Amino acid sequence: MPSFISLSIFWLSAFLVLLTTTEQSLAQSAYADHQYTSEDIEAGSRVYIAECALCHQRSGSGVDGVDLRLGQFRRALSDNDLREVITTGVSNGRMPGLDLRQDELDGIVAYIRAGFDPSGIAVKVGDAARGQMLFEGEGQCSTCHRVHGRGPYLAPDLSDIGVVRTAAALQRTLLEPSSALLPINRPVRAVTRDGQTIQGRRLNEDTYTVQLIDSEERLRSLIKSDLVEYEVSETPTMEPTTLSSDEVADLIGYLLTLGGLR
Amino acid sequence: MKTLQPMLLVLSVLVGPWASDHLSAQVSFDRVLGAADEPENWLTYNGTYSSQRYSGLRQITPSNVDNLELKWMLQNQVFGAWQSNPIVIDGIMYVTERPNDVMAVDAASGRVFWLYRHTPSEDARVCCGANNRGVAVLDDKVFMGTLDAHLIALDATNGQPLWNVEVGDENLGYSITMAPLVVKDKVIVGVGGGEFGIRGFVVAYDADTGEEAWRFYTIPGPGEPGHDTWSGDDWEHGGAPVWITGSYDPELNLTYWGVGNPGPDWNADQRPGDNLYSDAVVALDADTGELKWYFQFTPNDGYDYDSVQVPILADMDWNGVPSKLMLWANRNGYFYVLDRVTGEFLSGTPFVKVNWSSGLDENGRPIPTPQPPGSPTWPGNQGGTNWYPPSYSPRTGLFYVSAWEDYATIYEKEQSQYQPGRMFLGGGFSVLTPVPGAPTIGIGRTSPINNWTDEVGRGAILALDPHTGEAKWRFEQFDVSDSGMLTTASDLLFTGGREGYFHALDARTGELLWKASLGGQIVMAPITFMMNGEQYVSVISGHTLVTFGLRD
Repeated sequence: MPSFISLSIFWLSAFLVLLTTTEQSLAQSAYADHQYTSEDIEAGSRVYIAECALCHQRSGSGVDGVDLRLGQFRRALSDNDLREVITTGVSNGRMPGLDLRQDELDGIVAYIRAGFDPSGIAVKVGDAARGQMLFEGEGQCSTCHRVHGRGPYLAPDLSDIGVVRTAAALQRTLLEPSSALLPINRPVRAVTRDGQTIQGRRLNEDTYTVQLIDSEERLRSLIKSDLVEYEVSETPTMEPTTLSSDEVADLIGYLLTLGGLR
Repeated sequence: MKTLQPMLLVLSVLVGPWASDHLSAQVSFDRVLGAADEPENWLTYNGTYSSQRYSGLRQITPSNVDNLELKWMLQNQVFGAWQSNPIVIDGIMYVTERPNDVMAVDAASGRVFWLYRHTPSEDARVCCGANNRGVAVLDDKVFMGTLDAHLIALDATNGQPLWNVEVGDENLGYSITMAPLVVKDKVIVGVGGGEFGIRGFVVAYDADTGEEAWRFYTIPGPGEPGHDTWSGDDWEHGGAPVWITGSYDPELNLTYWGVGNPGPDWNADQRPGDNLYSDAVVALDADTGELKWYFQFTPNDGYDYDSVQVPILADMDWNGVPSKLMLWANRNGYFYVLDRVTGEFLSGTPFVKVNWSSGLDENGRPIPTPQPPGSPTWPGNQGGTNWYPPSYSPRTGLFYVSAWEDYATIYEKEQSQYQPGRMFLGGGFSVLTPVPGAPTIGIGRTSPINNWTDEVGRGAILALDPHTGEAKWRFEQFDVSDSGMLTTASDLLFTGGREGYFHALDARTGELLWKASLGGQIVMAPITFMMNGEQYVSVISGHTLVTFGLRD
């Protein structure tokens, strides 16, 4: 009777099952600008094995403090950081700079971002500093989200989002919030017997009660039998981003730096 | 005279309770047979041999259930889901806690008389938690199966071990989590280990000596009927465990046992054939262990649809003929009615969404409709229901069961090599979620926050009419439930769920009459008993055994 075993993560396939063919092709085109292609990843795997695996090994963990497959680097954060390290080398010549063509360089980055999985998804990761400016400015993220004690409580706190979400999951949330909104975070709307309307974000629910944070940022617990209306919306309050693909990459670069309390 | 009176008082205090308690520990087979006639006690795992979990008590009623109040609590000292079912005999409750403690408890106060602790071997291995579901009592002995697959007899009066036998080899993944069944002079248990490539069996021991009386292998050996439903040496490690207590029909002298999944769990291609008697019910002669009949619910199962539900025995008219029936809501999503004399299939109806099969043929054999790789299968891995005991009320004629609705799993099969004592699973699975990476339902509840929500599955208490398989009423819960059922002669239904609510419903209508928020998951069924003229209801929630009674 085991159920704790989840040997394979195939949430993606589970999700795709739910999409119609049309939505699927739309979704794929919407993501194309933000990701490396499978050809990039495939080509990158060959370059990696030829040029990098001698020291980093096929596993990606051959060098102390670095695990390329898991995205653990000593200094690189963005894709350009990676390209820089690869072309100029580091550690006083312990890692030599490689003279590669641009497509070979992109391939290695893609292979690393895909987690060494030829069929994986390689999300473009941009500059964290620019990403933070977008987060607090044009991207309007901080009008709802809170980070490290600053910002409102309306949407989930993102202080540790970089360790609880992958780049691919962050990208999905930015491009298609409705396909990534965790069920527990769904917006709820309730009307009490005395006509009061309460809106907010769901925190917990059971057969008889629901707990939420309301639009006034108060923690509320409601008894369902006291309500005349109770709705859980599948539509997040967050809209799909209108930022460019480079800007989204920067934003992801920033979000990935958010590692909670250190 | 002045000194004599206190002396007499002391003597009567000493002798009185000692005499009555000592005698009351005697639970003859005749008493167990007639358990329904003494509803003040709860003598077996499911109350009576017919396993209806129906009590004749009627002091607590729909009109006074509002007056239930807390009488006492007993806190478990061990972490983990507490799946034990207490039994109550003449004011003494016998209950186990993880991993293999037995306690004798004053059923009126919750204070403990004695505790026996068996520390299982460190080599013991179980797939799904260090569970123990309770004891059986016969005459002056208490019997417990252990995680390292021993069966131990204790002195019911002081908890001292009287005998201890090895039932299976824990190094090969054999374990016992079920409460034993006592019949006549024997104590009968089955073994767990369906995820470790065991060869399952049911075994009976002489209750006095621990000497083995008979053993029935749930996978037939070479030369035995049914052996040809296995290929090559698959039968040697094909699973088919028995980890839930069976039922007994004294007129037929048959014991009934639900058999678990074949192994490896999720790769049915690796073990071609029907894989008897996995996912079947077997009817065994109580004296000899001889197989009288079997009925297989899920041949060549690739979904882990253990048939380890409690066989409920009920007598009623079937097509106008008084009949001895067996009622069974199976993990595979179908509700079955069988003739328990012959094993004949009488009816089968889905009680939850089912897509692994398009229906049952006239013999009850499922018509398989395997889903394409990556597609969800209903019901999911934990099934439409599972091991937690249902109830049947002869007064309402309804069958009550906890069901998991809108819960699906995506299976992935792969070739597994059997290695003794190691997990033997043949793949893996994930739970269908509305968005990628969302939290899912697990084997138990580990958080007070339900962040998986009803979108990945929710619980429903169903009141099924055995004649139609249709729900006469349903009571929905936001989270799924592993709670069993209790019905009473006053037409109350007591049950709980993972949310930690303990509910009393009107067994006829499903109307909620009373509830208490106990705060911890309820993963067993409530029981009821009577002491000193007062009816009590006990249920385990989280780490606490809670006993309610009417306000004085």
